[in-house]
Amino acid sequence: MSHEAAPPRGDEAQPVRARGLVKRYKDVLAVDHIDLNVRHGDVYGFLGPNGAGKTTTLRMALGLITPTEGTVELFGHDPLREGARALQGVAGFVEAPRFYPYLRARKNLELLAALDGDGAAGRIDEVLDIVELSPRAGHKVGGYSHGMRQRLGIAAALLRRPRLLILDEPATGLDPAGMRDMRALIRRLADDGITVLLSSHQLPEVQELCDRVAIVDSGRVVYEGALADLRRQGGAGYRLRTTDDARALDVARAQAGIERASVGEHGLGFEAQEQHVGELSLALAQAGVGILALTPELATLEDLFFRLTEGDNGAMPQAVEVA
Amino acid sequence: MSSVAASPAALAPARTRRPSTFTVYRWELRKLISQKRTYLGLALVMILPVFFVIFQDVHQRHGHGLGNIFAAQITQSGLATPVLMLLFLSGFMLPVVAALVAGDIVANEDGNGTLKTILTRSVDRGQVFAAKTLAAMTYAALAVFASAAVATAAGVLSWGFHSVTTFSGTVVSAPKALLLVFAANAIYLIPLFALVAIGVLLSVATRNSAAAVVATIGLVILLFIVAQIPGLEGIQPYLLTEQLQNWQGLLRTPTDWAPIAHSAWVCALYGVPALFAAYLTLLRRDVAGG
Repeated sequence: MSHEAAPPRGDEAQPVRARGLVKRYKDVLAVDHIDLNVRHGDVYGFLGPNGAGKTTTLRMALGLITPTEGTVELFGHDPLREGARALQGVAGFVEAPRFYPYLRARKNLELLAALDGDGAAGRIDEVLDIVELSPRAGHKVGGYSHGMRQRLGIAAALLRRPRLLILDEPATGLDPAGMRDMRALIRRLADDGITVLLSSHQLPEVQELCDRVAIVDSGRVVYEGALADLRRQGGAGYRLRTTDDARALDVARAQAGIERASVGEHGLGFEAQEQHVGELSLALAQAGVGILALTPELATLEDLFFRLTEGDNGAMPQAVEVA
Repeated sequence: MSSVAASPAALAPARTRRPSTFTVYRWELRKLISQKRTYLGLALVMILPVFFVIFQDVHQRHGHGLGNIFAAQITQSGLATPVLMLLFLSGFMLPVVAALVAGDIVANEDGNGTLKTILTRSVDRGQVFAAKTLAAMTYAALAVFASAAVATAAGVLSWGFHSVTTFSGTVVSAPKALLLVFAANAIYLIPLFALVAIGVLLSVATRNSAAAVVATIGLVILLFIVAQIPGLEGIQPYLLTEQLQNWQGLLRTPTDWAPIAHSAWVCALYGVPALFAAYLTLLRRDVAGG
């Protein structure tokens, strides 16, 4: 990492670029040399089990805590050295969004808008409309439900007209409808050009929203790259139904490049790269086995996540990239 | 959250026009105003002078008041009431009221997680620190002057707007006495602000509102005890609690500036390092609360 050229600054710089981030609390290594590369337009999933170091990393990214080692830059600016200036165009929340319970929602937003400057106060009605809290804007936040506070957190973030939105578990604690609405909102914001860094352990949420991911485990990045690549490289599975599954199994086992072949209730299952699948279909035809159906079964994010974070990652790609 | 009314990210990159520290300070005051507990301390220091005047009035009518040297002085003029109240409240009650806000002002936000909310906006930690410290000092000053105003009004209503006798026995006119009363309260703010600085330091360092308030009050009590320990008379002039009576020099004729000047630098020795340490602590520490 020390050999890299200095990153560009300003608008062309990456929204998030972390290098060798370490956070140690006495004997506990919470974050262990994490590199992150969030690019313009990404909806970037930051995945990991509880305690993996996601929130600590996001706190360092926002300048709330000091890394023990390493650097993080937002659009080329270091929040630790440059303070609030580095957060220009950046918004979001870490853990749950927090507000003053004794103030009304609108008053909370007025306060935050005052701390943002730059005409943020004039956008309060707009952001309340976006998160559909306008009818409850006059109520004290102390009486808000968890879901309403999450939405108010998004509204508070949007006041800053962010180019980068950092959201830490935004759907946690929401009911199914609330989760659906939150995903739809994040999707719309991303479609509007906001880069999103989404920390989550809700795998369906990440699978639905994100195009690139970093998976962390025990403070280390075990995968960073495109979600599609991860799923493709994570072992493409196939399901095959034939006129003679037992004979097909023998043929498959004898065929190079076919792995984990087994016969189950729904026919023959195996893993292989695409070119080996073609060779298998020819071999089956030569063996007089008719193919009734051949369907690809991409590994789910959940499969991959558990393989990466629970030790079974021998077959997994190590696509940690450096921008 | 079904429709995006206007594209939030149409959102050209934000221009740089960051808020001033005064804006942050103004919002710190608004937060204080919005909390009920803010009024408890103020109410206490405003009600006490009223009770005091009523009590003195009753005693005077029953012929007991004149036996007390302060009561004898107070009945000369309503303007002596705020002086007597400052004498009573300056040692402990006003420091307690000031500590309630100073000890709470950072720790409370840290505990509730709102500190991270404001630190991820467009203001620097230094601005937040300055605004919070100024707000705590403003509150302390408000408590002092509110108490003085109520005491003056209650005293004047009971005993009239007359000349008063100062500590040195000189009689001063009513208008001058009124000026001296408020000047004395202003001088009293010097040690009180030093105490506020210590309260803010404890608020930043402990991250616990109750601990910071109790520790600030505990420090006042401790210094009072130290002042009573035989053999430690030498350090007595340098104890912060001793400075809480510095304002009395103003109520002598001619004005005794020596204790006021002494108090100013002693208080600076307490307050400035405390503020500096608090600032550095807040600047460098991890904000992980809430």
